[in-house]
Amino acid sequence: MVEQFAKLDIRKDENIVYKRTDLLVDRPLSYCPGCGHGTVHRIIMETLEEMSIQDKTIGVSPVGCSVLAYDFMNIDMLGAAHGRAPALATAIKRMWPDRFVFTYQGDGDLAAIGTAETIHACNRGEHFTMIFINNGIYGMTGGQMAPTTLPNMRSSTSPYGRDVETMGFPLKMTELIAQLPGTYYVTRQAVHTPAGVRKTKKAIRKAFENQKNKTGISFVEVVSNCNSGWKMTPVQSNKWMEENMFPFYPLGDIKVDGKLVETKATAAKE
Amino acid sequence: MAKIKGDIVVNVERCKGCEICIAACPFSVIAMAKDVNSKGYHYAIKVNDECTGCVNCAVICPDGVITVYRAKVAAE
Amino acid sequence: MGELRLMKGNEAIAEAAIRAGCDGYFGYPITPQSEVMEYLMMEKPYERTGMVVLQAESEVASINMLYGGAGTGKMVMTSSSSPGISLMQEGISYMAGAELPALLVNIVRGGPGLGTIQPSQADYFQSVKGGGHGDYRLIVLAPASVQEMSDFVKLGFDLSFKYRTPALILSDGAIGQMMEKVELFDPIPRRTEEQLIQQCPWASTGKPKNRDHNIITSLDLDPAGQERVNLKLQAKYKVMEEKEVLYETIQAEDAEYLFIAFGLSARICQKSIDLARAKGIKVGLFRPITLYPFPVKEIAAISKKVKGILVVEMNAGQMIEDVRLAAGCAIKIEHYGRFGGIIPNPDEVVKALEQKIIGG
Repeated sequence: MVEQFAKLDIRKDENIVYKRTDLLVDRPLSYCPGCGHGTVHRIIMETLEEMSIQDKTIGVSPVGCSVLAYDFMNIDMLGAAHGRAPALATAIKRMWPDRFVFTYQGDGDLAAIGTAETIHACNRGEHFTMIFINNGIYGMTGGQMAPTTLPNMRSSTSPYGRDVETMGFPLKMTELIAQLPGTYYVTRQAVHTPAGVRKTKKAIRKAFENQKNKTGISFVEVVSNCNSGWKMTPVQSNKWMEENMFPFYPLGDIKVDGKLVETKATAAKE
Repeated sequence: MAKIKGDIVVNVERCKGCEICIAACPFSVIAMAKDVNSKGYHYAIKVNDECTGCVNCAVICPDGVITVYRAKVAAE
Repeated sequence: MGELRLMKGNEAIAEAAIRAGCDGYFGYPITPQSEVMEYLMMEKPYERTGMVVLQAESEVASINMLYGGAGTGKMVMTSSSSPGISLMQEGISYMAGAELPALLVNIVRGGPGLGTIQPSQADYFQSVKGGGHGDYRLIVLAPASVQEMSDFVKLGFDLSFKYRTPALILSDGAIGQMMEKVELFDPIPRRTEEQLIQQCPWASTGKPKNRDHNIITSLDLDPAGQERVNLKLQAKYKVMEEKEVLYETIQAEDAEYLFIAFGLSARICQKSIDLARAKGIKVGLFRPITLYPFPVKEIAAISKKVKGILVVEMNAGQMIEDVRLAAGCAIKIEHYGRFGGIIPNPDEVVKALEQKIIGG
């Protein structure tokens, strides 16, 4: 189809204000249309590019939808066994202290099978960055209930909705690890709007910058959509996320520079 | 008087037609093509000349398929 | 001559690791091998050589720390005992699949389950037949003395890097705990970053501009690709089987009968040989040192020269399956074993030889 409105020819290299970073490998992402994984991949790579640390970064990908993250991120990476990314990253960072090391994990990986590795890496105050994609579901295996699935939310293993009496409560891993002295920066963001993407990218930048000072874990949760698993269109899923996920997983900083931030939730308690 | 003008180029083959860019565009510049690409996805196209080069569409695009241009041009 | 010391087997492993230029040890306490990490923590190798020592939250974490370290080309090791090694099997399989070098030490205790903390050789199957999922092998070294505990650390690292596959030292609670004289090898400096990158161009060390990004993974979703991965592993194992077999024979030249035993059982058999020969029974010993690759050709050859073989193991009969496959059916091959943490004494081994092989 020919575009009829490109009358002004400003398509010149000097006028480019945004283009896909070269730190993403030139191949199609394996994610479903509209999935937040792609956005987060891109802003991590943009961050590394802006910091000029491509040659000093080692990433660890999980098991889950983003198992193939190493195929898309043009940096040296290791694919971990399910849940074990923080164990890999611990060893890597300890033996390569001048490298920038990060894990990229979903909620099943980080908050279910990898709970022990997550908590202990955070508690030891390892000096790497953890990126946590929380979409409340096991996407890759076909939409099963995750530790983060909301009460009454439907999934293929909670087809009548998550009954907290029998299936337990959703786990707020981010609030939990923020309590540990080994975490330095803990924040929850989302990439559902351009403003959200910009804020998330800022958080990721801060999380990587912190590694220069060896301050402990910097942890960025990204509340994300899973339109396939939630059985919605991408645009609907972002709206649903705002209406349903954010009240339970409120956005914002939880811990900054080693100090817990007073939030509505914590203020109400006191 | 100079005016800021923007333009976008969509990598049609990589677009998955998720429509998130449509929701993110403040000037309703983007719509879905009736045609599909080789993967069978409808893809994003520019449907008017209101683009300011704000880059919102590119920033939100999960597949990074949008390149954005911006330039000062003489007012018509 | 190297430095002489009186050491526990577990301590010898730890000291040898520092001297071999190991970059990182990751472990979790379990009896009867906790002295390995205790010795390392006491020795402060991070001051001696810069080696990292970390107590992990579990054996699952330990083995995945190894995966992480090995994936960046570092020389890493862990040690544990049977239940802990069982927990590590998933990670070991991933490491074999991703072709990562590392040294594992199993100071075996009696099982199954929580079993006992006393010595055993019941993890033979787990060690040489796979242990975890998928078609893979480990290089398995079976020391029979504290000296070999030290020597095999260096050998294990060398072989694991040569073939890019994990190597396992299969020892037991007795050799781990007993003290013997050890001649320690001279320290080898840890590799510099440049040396590491040169030795391990495949490792994920940070992507420079002039090469593609390195990816460490055991995943290939394309069946043809995954078959290629498997064929590559099998080809590697075939080379190991041809080139890396190690074994030892004792008084086998004139032997009419043969003990075949590894590790601690082989030590016991040496005494049994003396007792049997005093009675006029000409018996010798064949000791496989590499349990994988197994000395198949060598056992086939030596079995033709004897009337019968007694396989002595501290288990219910595991290595005997490989001995029978190697030797065939021409002569009598029987098993004698004690298990649950009991070490057979040399007298009962001779009696078993008389009853099961000579008189049987």
